[in-house]
Amino acid sequence: MGKEIQLEVVTPERSVLKATADYVSVPTVDGDYGILGDHAPMVGLMKAGVLHYRSGGKVEVLAVAGGFFEVMDNRMLVLGDEAELPGEVDVAAAMEEQKRAREIIEAGGDQETVARARQALEKAMTRLKIAGKA
Amino acid sequence: MASARDIKRRIRSVQNSKKITKAMEMVSAAKLRKSQERTVAARPYAQRLAEALREVAAHQGDDVTHPLLAKARTGRTVYCVITADRGLAGPYNGNIIRLMNGILREADEPIGLVVVGRKGNDFFKRRGADIIGSFLNLGEEARFSNAEEIAEALMGLFVEGKAKEVKLVYTEFVSAVSLRPKVLDLLPVAPQGGSGESGGVNRSYIHIPSAKRIIEELLPKLVKNQVYQALLESKASEHAARMTAMRSASDNAQGLIEDLTLQYNRARQAGITTEILEVVGGAAALNG
Repeated sequence: MGKEIQLEVVTPERSVLKATADYVSVPTVDGDYGILGDHAPMVGLMKAGVLHYRSGGKVEVLAVAGGFFEVMDNRMLVLGDEAELPGEVDVAAAMEEQKRAREIIEAGGDQETVARARQALEKAMTRLKIAGKA
Repeated sequence: MASARDIKRRIRSVQNSKKITKAMEMVSAAKLRKSQERTVAARPYAQRLAEALREVAAHQGDDVTHPLLAKARTGRTVYCVITADRGLAGPYNGNIIRLMNGILREADEPIGLVVVGRKGNDFFKRRGADIIGSFLNLGEEARFSNAEEIAEALMGLFVEGKAKEVKLVYTEFVSAVSLRPKVLDLLPVAPQGGSGESGGVNRSYIHIPSAKRIIEELLPKLVKNQVYQALLESKASEHAARMTAMRSASDNAQGLIEDLTLQYNRARQAGITTEILEVVGGAAALNG
């Protein structure tokens, strides 16, 4: 097993998480990336999705929505536009958002509106997924 | 001299005012604490964001181009001035408006204004300034979504060539007793201070998907974050100013109550003395 990674997740409004992990999987715009100890320096853009990290043999999750991350010297910094821990998800609100986004997508309309609704849908589904209610 | 009853009435009225100012002081103190916490909580993100941008930009060298970095564009200078929606905050609104007004008076070219907060909007509308946009009633807490909205409007003006530069005018929160009105250059985004050649730059970063795309994403985030910081600091300043103003109002009321109480006691004592004199005088007349 490689070295441990100091994981830190912050958003513009607050610091969400500080943890030590031996494995982190992050949703990037190019798909999920797995990161182990002693990883090469890396900067990447994230998309809405679930970030997994393994800490003390247990896999923990958290929802992120866009933003970017940086890996360097076994330190991983996640600067999310938004980030939520499983316990923080407002399930009712996320359900509502998911429903609304679906309606907009089904109704069609101009590309930008639909694209934005897709993003909102993805975000809502991610939040529900980590809350275990999907 | 006013009668004892009149004085009593005044004391009660001042006491009621004091209750209100005291309550406002306490509410502001609580809000100030919260604002301060939020300002502190927002700091790591802002720092790391600036660092990351510097690193990626240093890596790219001189071929970093982006609409938000471009200089010498067309249009006016746009100032985004941040004020409060509500008054009763001591010199808070006055100071920031005076700073902005001075800039307007001294400018030899037309200036566009984007106003945050009702107080500033009212003032500059009355003054006949050119208000391009206004954001009112943003609530008691600075929210990132508000900052995003404002920043997007400002970036829009810049990219469309309606603004050649954008500056932020806000109140910097140094401490609860030191609030400093301040002007910050927002756009074009200043090239990150030349020290980009420090350690770590020569490391090869892996960029996902590419350094160019990352810079494109990070620059608007940096601008939004600067606006957010300005909103946070302004909010904290507003609460601090209101707290101080309300505290001195409460102190004044307390002083007034003490003076009036003294007057009341004197008037009461004078009344008693007069009564005794009357009784004694009456008795003397009967005995005499």
